Amino acid sequence: MKTFLTFTLPLLASVSMSTPLLAETPEEQGMAIAVEADSRDNGFGDFSADMLMILKNKQGEESTRQLRSKNLEVENDGDKSLTIFDKPRDVQGTALLTFTHKTGSDDQWLYLPALKRVKRIASNNKSGPFMGSEFAYEDISSQEVEKYTYKYLRDEQLDGEDVFVFERYPVDKKSGYTRQVVWMDKSEYRERKIDYYDRKNSLLKTLTFNDYQQYEGKFWKASAMNMVNHQTGKSTRLVWNNYRFNTGLKDRDFDRNSLKRAH
Amino acid sequence: MHTGLPVIRTALALGTLLLCAGNSLADGWSGDVATQWNAFVKEPLADEQHRSYLSVSAQPEYYREWEDGSRSFQFEPFARVSQYDSKRTHVDIRELNFGMVEDNWELTAGISKVFWGMTESQHLVDIINQDDLVENTDGEDKLGQPMLNLTLVSDYGNLDLFVLPGFRTRTFAGPEGRPRFGFQLVDQNNPEYESGAEEKHIDLAARWFQMIGDWEVAVSQFRGTSREPGFMLKSPGAPGSPQLVPFYSQINHTGLEIQGVFGAWLWKFEGIRVNGFKERGVKSRSYFASDFGFEYTFVLENGFEIGALMEYNWDQRGRDAFTQFQNDVLVGTRLTFNDVQSTQILAGVMIDAGSAGRSYNVEAERRIGDNWKLSLEARGVFHVKPGDFLYQFRRDNSLRINLARYF
Repeated sequence: MKTFLTFTLPLLASVSMSTPLLAETPEEQGMAIAVEADSRDNGFGDFSADMLMILKNKQGEESTRQLRSKNLEVENDGDKSLTIFDKPRDVQGTALLTFTHKTGSDDQWLYLPALKRVKRIASNNKSGPFMGSEFAYEDISSQEVEKYTYKYLRDEQLDGEDVFVFERYPVDKKSGYTRQVVWMDKSEYRERKIDYYDRKNSLLKTLTFNDYQQYEGKFWKASAMNMVNHQTGKSTRLVWNNYRFNTGLKDRDFDRNSLKRAH
Repeated sequence: MHTGLPVIRTALALGTLLLCAGNSLADGWSGDVATQWNAFVKEPLADEQHRSYLSVSAQPEYYREWEDGSRSFQFEPFARVSQYDSKRTHVDIRELNFGMVEDNWELTAGISKVFWGMTESQHLVDIINQDDLVENTDGEDKLGQPMLNLTLVSDYGNLDLFVLPGFRTRTFAGPEGRPRFGFQLVDQNNPEYESGAEEKHIDLAARWFQMIGDWEVAVSQFRGTSREPGFMLKSPGAPGSPQLVPFYSQINHTGLEIQGVFGAWLWKFEGIRVNGFKERGVKSRSYFASDFGFEYTFVLENGFEIGALMEYNWDQRGRDAFTQFQNDVLVGTRLTFNDVQSTQILAGVMIDAGSAGRSYNVEAERRIGDNWKLSLEARGVFHVKPGDFLYQFRRDNSLRINLARYF
C-alpha cells in the first residue's frame, strides 16, 4: 500500500476524518470509496478457502469444479495466490500460482502433474474464461485499487440497503471490459452487485454476491457469488467454504516449488 | 531375531504414522485407467510387426501428507498390458517416496520424477529420469528414478543436490512392437556399460535455479551414466534381424536453461555440453547441443488462445548424431479453447534445415463428462530419404486414441 499512499495522502486524510462523499469530483468520490473498501480488506495476512464452481449452460446442464485457494497479502504489491484443482479429476493436482501486481502484468505459473513440469505462462489472457466458466481471470484475481479508475454515480437502495453506485474503468488495455458498474453497501463497503460491460460497451455479465460472513471480526467474504452472462445465457455459481484466516502461510508456500507439492 | 526387529518396528511406526496422519483433501487414492489404440497407416517393415495395437493401462496414486503438508508420502505404480508388443507390456514404480519441507530446505527420498527444462521441441537438459520410450516416443514419459534429493532454498536461488543410486535402462519396443529402429531390434536384456559398476553406478547431479526479474535461469551438472545409450551392432548368431546393443557411457552433462517472459512473448533457451558420450561404444567426443525459440500467445475476444511456437534445434555432431534434432526448426501452434471440456490442440512440424525430411505431431484432448478424457495423437514423417535419421521410421506414421477414466 505504501507507494499508493504517497499519492493519495490528502485524499485518505479526508476519508479518515469524514465520509468519502465530501471529496470533490465524482472521480475523487469513486476513488475514495474504492480506497476505503480496500483498506477494510487490508491486514488479513493470509487466508485459504475451498471453492465449488457450478457451471450451467443455456440448457441448464451443470458441471462442477472443485478448487482450493491459498492467498498471501503482500505489502506494497498485489497478493500472491495458489489455486489447486481437485475436480474434474483429470486436472487433479494441477495448480496455478499467481503473483498479482498493482501495475503491469501478473506473473503466472502452471504446474502440470503428469509431467511434473512447472510452466511459466504469459498472463495476457485476463479476459479469458477461468476453467471454462463465466468468470474471467481478471474477475477472480486479487482486486487492487490501482487496476481501475473510478467515477461515483449515485446513492441507491438495493434489497433494502443503502448502497453507493460507482463505475470503474480497467487501466489494463487487455481487459475484456470498457467499464464495470459496482453496487457497494454503505454499512460495510461490501460489493453487492457488479455489471460488466464488454469492449463494445454492451452489458455482458452481472455478478451478485450473497450470504456475506464476517471473519476475524473484520473481513467480510461472500459465501456465494453468481455470474450470469446475458449474451450467452450461461451462468456460473461459486460457493465458498472453509475460510481460514492467518493460518501462518509464508512466501515459501507461494514459490515455484510449492506448486509441485500442491496435492 | 534381533536384526529383524528394528525393521519391523520401523515399518510399524511408519504404518501408524500414515494411518494417524491428518486427512487433507488430497489424501488417499486417485489416478486413472485407460484404453489405448495405436494404429499405423503403412505396412510394417518387419513381418512380425502389426498394423494396430490395443492396450490398457492403470496409474493409481496414493498420497498422504501430515504436519501441515510439510511431510508427505507418495506411491504411484504404473502398468500397461499391450497386444503383441511384449516390451510395451510393462510395470514401473513412478513414485514411491517420502518428502520433507522446511523453511530453507526440502528433501525427497525414494523413487521419484524430476523435470528440468523450458523448451518444447525436445528436453535436452532434462536428465534425471530415464525415458519410458515404449510409452511414447516424445520422451515425456519417464521411468521412476531412485534418488535422494536435497533442495536448499535461499535468496540466491534454489540449489538442488541429487544422489542417484540405481540406473534404469531405456525401454524399447519388442520384436512385434512399433516403431523399431528400421529392421533392427534393440537387445534390451544385455545392455553394456562403460562403468564396471554397471547399473549400480551412483550418479550425482546438481542444479541451481533462480528468478531474476522477468527471467528464469538454471545451470545444472550431471555426472554419471548417460540416460541415452549409444548402440553397437551385433550380428546375430542365429538367423534373424541384426540387433542393436545399448551401450551406456559415463558422461559429464552440463546444462543451461534460460526463459524470459515479456507480455505475450515467452523466450526459451536450453543448451547442453556433453563430455564422454560414446556413440558406438568406442569413439568418445564432447559436443554441444541447443534448442531455443519463442512462444507467442494471441487471445481472441471469446477467450480462445492461439499460441505460435518456433524453435531451432542444433547438435554439434551434425548428421553423426543419433537424433532428429541436429539442424531442425520446429513450427507449431497451441490452441486452447478455454471451454467447459478444456479442449486443447498442439500441432507442430519439425523441418530439417539440411534436407527435405519432415516430421509432424498433432496432439488433441478433450474431457467427456466429469471423469473421462479422450486424447488423440498423430505422429509421423514425410519426405524422408535414406541417410536421414527419420528414414528408419518411414513406415511408422501412427494414430493413437486414448480414452481414460479418472477416479
